[in-house]
Amino acid sequence: VSIFEQGERMEQTTTNILVAGVGGQGVIIASDIMSEVFMEAGYDVKKSEVHGMAMRGGIVTSHFRFGKKVYSPLIKQGEVDVLLAFEKLEGLRWFNHLRPNGKIIMNDHQIRPPAVNLGEMEYPRAIPDIIRSKIRNFYLVKGTEIALQLGDERAANVVLLGAISKCFEVNEDLWLKTILNYLPPKVHELNREAFSAGRDQIPQT
Amino acid sequence: MKKIMSGNEAMARGAFEAGVKVAAAYPGTPSTEILETIAREYGEIYAEWSPNEKVALEVAAGASLAGARAMASMKHVGVNVAADPFMTLSYVGVNGGLVLVTCDDPELYSSQNEQDNRHYARFAKVPMFEPSDSQEAKDVIKLGFEVSEKFDTPVMVRSVTRISHAKGIVETQDPVVPPVPIEIKKDTAKYTMLPSFARIRHAFIEERFLRLKEFAEQFPGNRMEINDPTIGIISAGISYQYAKEVFPNYSYLKLGMVWPLPKNLIGEFFKRVKKVYVVEELDPFLEENILAMGFKPRGGKNLFPICGELNPLLIEKGMLGKKFRPPKPFFKEPLPPRPPNLCPGCPHRGIMHVLRKLKVFTAGDIGCYTLGAYPPLNVINSNICMGSSIGSAHGMAKALGDKGNGKIVSVIGDSTFLHGGVHPLMNVGYNRSYTTTIILDNRTTGMTGQQEHPATGYTIRGEKTHRIDFVELGRVLGIENPRRVNPWNLEETERVIGEELEKDEPSLVISEGPCTLLRRAFKKYNKPLQVDSTICIGCKTCVNLGCPAISYQSVEGEMTMTADGKKRKGISHIEASLCPGCHLCYQVCKFGAIKSQEEKPIFGFETM
Repeated sequence: VSIFEQGERMEQTTTNILVAGVGGQGVIIASDIMSEVFMEAGYDVKKSEVHGMAMRGGIVTSHFRFGKKVYSPLIKQGEVDVLLAFEKLEGLRWFNHLRPNGKIIMNDHQIRPPAVNLGEMEYPRAIPDIIRSKIRNFYLVKGTEIALQLGDERAANVVLLGAISKCFEVNEDLWLKTILNYLPPKVHELNREAFSAGRDQIPQT
Repeated sequence: MKKIMSGNEAMARGAFEAGVKVAAAYPGTPSTEILETIAREYGEIYAEWSPNEKVALEVAAGASLAGARAMASMKHVGVNVAADPFMTLSYVGVNGGLVLVTCDDPELYSSQNEQDNRHYARFAKVPMFEPSDSQEAKDVIKLGFEVSEKFDTPVMVRSVTRISHAKGIVETQDPVVPPVPIEIKKDTAKYTMLPSFARIRHAFIEERFLRLKEFAEQFPGNRMEINDPTIGIISAGISYQYAKEVFPNYSYLKLGMVWPLPKNLIGEFFKRVKKVYVVEELDPFLEENILAMGFKPRGGKNLFPICGELNPLLIEKGMLGKKFRPPKPFFKEPLPPRPPNLCPGCPHRGIMHVLRKLKVFTAGDIGCYTLGAYPPLNVINSNICMGSSIGSAHGMAKALGDKGNGKIVSVIGDSTFLHGGVHPLMNVGYNRSYTTTIILDNRTTGMTGQQEHPATGYTIRGEKTHRIDFVELGRVLGIENPRRVNPWNLEETERVIGEELEKDEPSLVISEGPCTLLRRAFKKYNKPLQVDSTICIGCKTCVNLGCPAISYQSVEGEMTMTADGKKRKGISHIEASLCPGCHLCYQVCKFGAIKSQEEKPIFGFETM
């Protein structure tokens, strides 16, 4: 059984994934890839994000939804099934959008916002502990660390996609094929490893 | 074929399938990707970045008179710029179909206001369609061209951020061959708006409006979905999707066309459902027009906010009233915000640092540099719209007289200057004020994601073309001695701006530093700088440049003392992975604590 006890529920209703991070981390491309995967798997899909002001350094969120028929491209607050956080503070910022029984997959990575850089505010301490104390399904993934070990920090988003792919009963090859379609051939091998390492980060239960 | 497309990609596809021949635009969030997609995917269509939205619409109008289907796309405030030709184009009508796409920005994700452009359709007496997802976005563009030709009218299509930048599945089709021949056709009384001809055309558009009202009654995109007959929602665009998400079992009157409105159909809906609510984002546009028809909805803007964008939760809250139970928060502590900021290595940062030091009043404009209003820079003191910096600085100088001499500066980007700054600078040259204008020439349209403009030397499709020289242009406009600075050289920048401020005559300074993200402009980036933690006293001078690569970190124990015994509470740190090596921090550090890894001192980058 996958950690998401929702094989049947997926057929009936819409599943909501919120991807949150910082401009430049690859949040939007990650949700683009998820849209392709679930469309290929036969679902209706919608996604929404905001581009503009923040070329780099601002908050980036992408709402991704799939199901039999999806209306709103925005997830209603309190109905996020999976929060995929590319950065710890951003994970905490969007925590309140999660369902009471929702799941969080969080990249164990920290990017300081301006007020912290200026020494005016502190970066919140012990974010994983705060979250663990409130919800059951929390997975801290060493996305950036693994990507750096593989030789390219930019592959962190593929590690995280590997992690989230483990949560759904969609063919692993479809994920990989879709991801590699987005990337130039010279980085295929690296990203294959990144994806597989990401999958290994989530326990089979 | 099924494809996932954003609303903008779908509208571009719609233009292609409609057989559009000419598409013009000026970049502006959230509209930019419409023309970018056309330029990238549909080689059959002539595509151009025009210098501003007025020109873009006039280009489309000319193409239409020549018989071609033509499209102009812009953000909501761009329509203000294009409003002059637009209001009279309604009189002229079309030959080939013409669609004007307006992309509104509820919630102001990247805009200076939150205006609701549905009012423009009513103002100009033209039809407006409003899609509620990507598929409809493609469909209404195609339909728009047919309606335009059938009724001899420009057509507006209104999108919002959550349509333009949301993605959904779209079924693609083959392009059609438009019915109107492309040729020179002279029809002076229709195309030439002299008073005598325009009086006749005004009567025509009033009659056209009656026929459009009839069309709205029959249009299948205005449809009733009768489910539970006790509650009915009238909605359009993205608000329809939000409402449908929360209340799938209520009845709906879904309007695909928001102007003119179908009075009979609306009356029918009021008969068939018991309680009618109007759910719409921003202004009570539908609500007020429905009230004016004599129908009385139970709820509208008394339940839903006028300001900001709607979302499913706000609709649930408005509809349920006292019965609404908000989701329980997991976590309530305030968190450090993460506002957008100037990138590491950004050429604007040097100018901002110097202006802060000179303590001037800085009239800002539309572009990344407006972010210089935020701490720690706190430099930009005003901003209205594209090009407004120069005119407002001039007016301020005229009002202040001697009191303001040497204290008034305007900053404006290269693309923004060519969009709306040329006439204001002509005015400075003509009516002579001492204001100092600084063109921040980063060689691209930065904030919208690097689009070409008349001073980059390239077209939207990357062909080489004429490139405007700002020094030459400044001279022609009446600024005798425009000066260039390297914004990464702080000593030079401060000296030149200081000298120009002292002059009792118009000044123009051109800051020549390409956008750090514009790869083609750089031969290479530099090695990252490093803080020598034995020297740094934690004075925060470098931190106050507001560079995302530089942070201030508290120190404890042994670290509270520099090597030569000075006390400190913290030190600066430079994140190597973020630092492109612009060397601004190196220049501002008075203690020599920031170390360059380059062999000779450098000011910025080796550029092309």
